[in-house]
Amino acid sequence: MEFYQRDRTLQPAGYTPIYKTSVARSPRQSLLSLQGSLSEVTGPVFGQNELGPLDNDLIRNYAKDCDPIGERIIVHGRVLDENNRPVPNTLVEFWQANAGGRYRHKKDTYLAPIDPNFGGCGRALTDENGYYFFRTIKPGPYPWRNYVNSWRPAHIHFSVFGSGFAQRLITQMYFEGDPLIKECPIVHVIPDEDAINRLIAPIDLNGSVPLDTIAYKFDIVLRGRRSTLFENRLEGN
Amino acid sequence: MVQNLDYLKETASQTAGPYVHIGLIPKQAGFDIFENNFTNILADENTRGERIIIEGRVIDGTGTPLRDALLEIWQANADGRYNHELDRQKSGKVDDDFRGWGRTGTDFDTAVYRFETIKPGVVSGRNNRDMAPHINFWIVARGINIGLNTRMYFADEADKNANDPVLNLIEQHERRKTLIASRDDSGPVPVYRFDIVLQGENETVFFDI
Repeated sequence: MEFYQRDRTLQPAGYTPIYKTSVARSPRQSLLSLQGSLSEVTGPVFGQNELGPLDNDLIRNYAKDCDPIGERIIVHGRVLDENNRPVPNTLVEFWQANAGGRYRHKKDTYLAPIDPNFGGCGRALTDENGYYFFRTIKPGPYPWRNYVNSWRPAHIHFSVFGSGFAQRLITQMYFEGDPLIKECPIVHVIPDEDAINRLIAPIDLNGSVPLDTIAYKFDIVLRGRRSTLFENRLEGN
Repeated sequence: MVQNLDYLKETASQTAGPYVHIGLIPKQAGFDIFENNFTNILADENTRGERIIIEGRVIDGTGTPLRDALLEIWQANADGRYNHELDRQKSGKVDDDFRGWGRTGTDFDTAVYRFETIKPGVVSGRNNRDMAPHINFWIVARGINIGLNTRMYFADEADKNANDPVLNLIEQHERRKTLIASRDDSGPVPVYRFDIVLQGENETVFFDI
């Protein structure tokens, strides 16, 4: 049950000079191709009992006296694999800036204010259909030091596990219509235009709660497992 | 024309960024939000196996250690079994007190990361070849576009390391050393030191898994 080879033409290279920090942090030697063993096809399993009831509600999970400032949104979608099958019971974690573009992080010094009622992180387990959802406020764009005048488009960071350690993935979700997407060096380390577009979540009016919260839909695809009859043997008996 | 292959495409990776701690280890970001936090301690008092500490740094191409890296490890238990349904090895048994996974960040001041775990056993590899005890590492950070995968092996397992099918794939023998952690027995719990070099001299071997 090993995984399909990762399609590196759809993934960013390590060394991408338009994103300056990658220059000193990227390997110069080639990655050594390794066929999957048990160490790669297995991975950690998480249970619902490890999560709290508000872990997927960023509007409420850090609120002190009232709801946080910002546009109320739902983000929902499915975690699938390359075989178009749902990835059930997998841990999805997300984090983001507040509506002003400021992170609750001791190293973020941007002058936009911290929102006392917003933490900016949450997590959920997918259900048996691979479905996840959470509620939050829409994050704001913010400046960062790449070029002198670089701005990140609004985004939410996602971390996903899958069922094997080789599926481990971190990515970022962007919002339909954001004019900063086309300017962003971090977005454009991805060498494939369609792969970039797959990171942009459309508004989903059908998923919205009328007069309350607007929805964005974001599906995530993890690597698929091989299932041919002529299985390579990963282990002895 | 031919039929369409209807596979989906894997979602593209993006950097974890400088604020990865918020989402994955919020206490290091400076606040407390979850009742249950994932940590760098993999073993509890009931876990079987030899207690060990793993410490090290993640070093960039200028020789500077990263203070904002996040590392996760995944390993078998003391019997060499993974706590996962796809591990159907006949030998050994699953340890209900050991998931085999942990995460931590490098320290903002010292740049050192640390895990408290147990030493894994031998795992059967492809084609019935035993793999020496090892721990899988996954490293993300600002400036790393897609998570880096590597393995840590144990210096005190020289014979098993010499026969390990993965170490033997590394053509340049000198580079095999980049995956082998040294052992320090001077304290109450053995400490394995494992520095990960992202680039340049002594660059760690990373795998496309």
